[in-house]
Amino acid sequence: MTETRPKPLVRTSDLSKHYPVGRSLLQRRIVHAVEQISLDIFPGETLGIVGESGCGKSTLGRCLVRLTEITSGALEFEGLDITKASQRQLRPIRRQMQMVFQDPAASLNPRRRVGDLLADPFRVHEKLSRSEMMDRVEELLVRVELLPEHAQRFPHEFSGGQRQRIGIARALALRPRLIVADEPVSALDVSIQAQIINLLCDLRDEFNLTYVFIAHDLSVVRQFSSRVAVMYMGSIVETGPVDAIFSAPRHHYTIALRSAVPVPDVDNRPGQRIMLKGDLPSPLDPPSGCRFHTRCVAATSVCRQERPVLSLVDKNHFVACHHPSAG
Amino acid sequence: MPTDKPLLVVENLCVSFLTEGGVVPAVSGVSFSLEQREILGVVGESGSGKSQTLLAIMGLISSPNAVVTGSVRFLGRELLGLKRRALDAIRGRQIAMIFQDPMTALTPVHTIGDQIIEQIRAHERVSRAIARKRAVDLLDAVGLPSPESAVDRYPHQLSGGMRQRAVIAMALSCNPALLIADEPTTALDVTVQAQILELIGRLRDEFGSAVILVTHDLGVVAEVADRVLVMYAGRVVEEGGKGQLFREPLHPYAWGLFGSIPPMHGPRPARLTAIPGSPPKLSQMPQGCAFGPRCTFRHQACIAQPSLGGAGGHRSACFLPQDGRQDLRRTLAAGAVPA
Repeated sequence: MTETRPKPLVRTSDLSKHYPVGRSLLQRRIVHAVEQISLDIFPGETLGIVGESGCGKSTLGRCLVRLTEITSGALEFEGLDITKASQRQLRPIRRQMQMVFQDPAASLNPRRRVGDLLADPFRVHEKLSRSEMMDRVEELLVRVELLPEHAQRFPHEFSGGQRQRIGIARALALRPRLIVADEPVSALDVSIQAQIINLLCDLRDEFNLTYVFIAHDLSVVRQFSSRVAVMYMGSIVETGPVDAIFSAPRHHYTIALRSAVPVPDVDNRPGQRIMLKGDLPSPLDPPSGCRFHTRCVAATSVCRQERPVLSLVDKNHFVACHHPSAG
Repeated sequence: MPTDKPLLVVENLCVSFLTEGGVVPAVSGVSFSLEQREILGVVGESGSGKSQTLLAIMGLISSPNAVVTGSVRFLGRELLGLKRRALDAIRGRQIAMIFQDPMTALTPVHTIGDQIIEQIRAHERVSRAIARKRAVDLLDAVGLPSPESAVDRYPHQLSGGMRQRAVIAMALSCNPALLIADEPTTALDVTVQAQILELIGRLRDEFGSAVILVTHDLGVVAEVADRVLVMYAGRVVEEGGKGQLFREPLHPYAWGLFGSIPPMHGPRPARLTAIPGSPPKLSQMPQGCAFGPRCTFRHQACIAQPSLGGAGGHRSACFLPQDGRQDLRRTLAAGAVPA
């Protein structure tokens, strides 16, 4: 990292999250959902986290806002270590970091009016009169391109896209600095998806937001992110500026992932598709060395023995690979 | 008379549901035909009627409140109104179907092999041993690793991609002339999706099957289809060869769809074109063109219902003049119109 860069808003050092699985103590095994991730997230950037199901991207996102306990490593927010902070200590920090979920319906209480749902953050964090609160709620609704009178309705009266707007409004209520959005558009139809992406872009500029954008859809991540981290089996295998990741990926997994995306274009077909063999190995029994070596075209014996670490290959571009592609 | 008649001819297919709020049209006047060995992509968003169209073709709409009219002819034989027994001789044998969630077609209590064997023996008089041999060969053909042992596995022992392969193997077991696939890769990761799409492309070459592939993903269509139908609010709004439709889409809805997808290469647009608003509720269809309320180019004529028209097998249901449509499309893409 160059010293001209600002201080990171969020910093993780060797952050890991393990889950025990199995019922009895004897059968208990450990899933390493997130393994030793060291990551700096800078103010104003949008970090896209991509990877396939089970790679740990959602778990990482939840760790970043302390929605789940961290097994080991450290998490800092604005230089403050919050790895072990209690709920009470976290409270003033919570308003700085918010989350948007994939399924807005599941994160909105169906029995409460949208106005009440949106007023909750103010009730918890600010002392406002009822009329001030309603003003703020209406302001929020308008900002996410809904109507003030929608405050009187219940979540089920909205379409999927509108519900996601409500979820975004709620995350926005306290003017957070960081929003972690976990697959915010993947449940939506394409035409609605584009509306929500445009909205998130506008909000970023208007409120100076820092986003962590977790998604499996590479084209959406490319559109929305300034920097990208690619995850595979709990670790970041490659991270760098969005253009470098998409036009000159160095990790063989990133290359395969990118080439697997079906492109809606019949003339500019991407080059030779790299077909990954087989399935993701079981996270209960991860491969030795590089986790990707079982499916990698470039794997050699060193890959089976030694775990590669993220190392710099280009400006701000890091790859964890013994034999990175020429790019 | 040419010998290769179309495999499937669908004419004026309508599906509507009687509800407390009145008659709700899910599919309105869908017509298309499918040649032997052709792969047809059907694209649309939720509620566009694409899945209901497939279910109607398969005779799988069993709701007593559903009304299905029109005509579905498979190899010249009318399928609508056919008795259950007669349908069963065709379904699974000549027409097979796969769904988004492979577990809708698999029972968790039997092995993959038993389920394929049962399928084969339901349609053909062969011994268990022969059927088992065929099952192993099929699993091998769809790319399941070590098929001899996979045949004795239960569905829960396989990953999502492997289950979908097993279902495809089951669908292929009787060498169907037509495979109908409803969002077969939507639940899968992108690297697995690539494997399944490659497999579907191979079906035509190795098994000679025609395929109707329903998807919301234009990228998937570009990958495998020969011809494409675009559906919106229960109707076909555009139909064309893949090249025609992707190079010069004619319908403003198709323009919006293309504009909504972030590109994977080249410059990134500052904003996606998107389509304002949301699709109409089927119970509250707008008068005339259903896309009208969301269309930038809506004009006087649009209060009537447009019908599919156009030349060279590329047709669209839109009142805009045929000439100059690509110019309009470019103004939309250039962001001249607020979204």
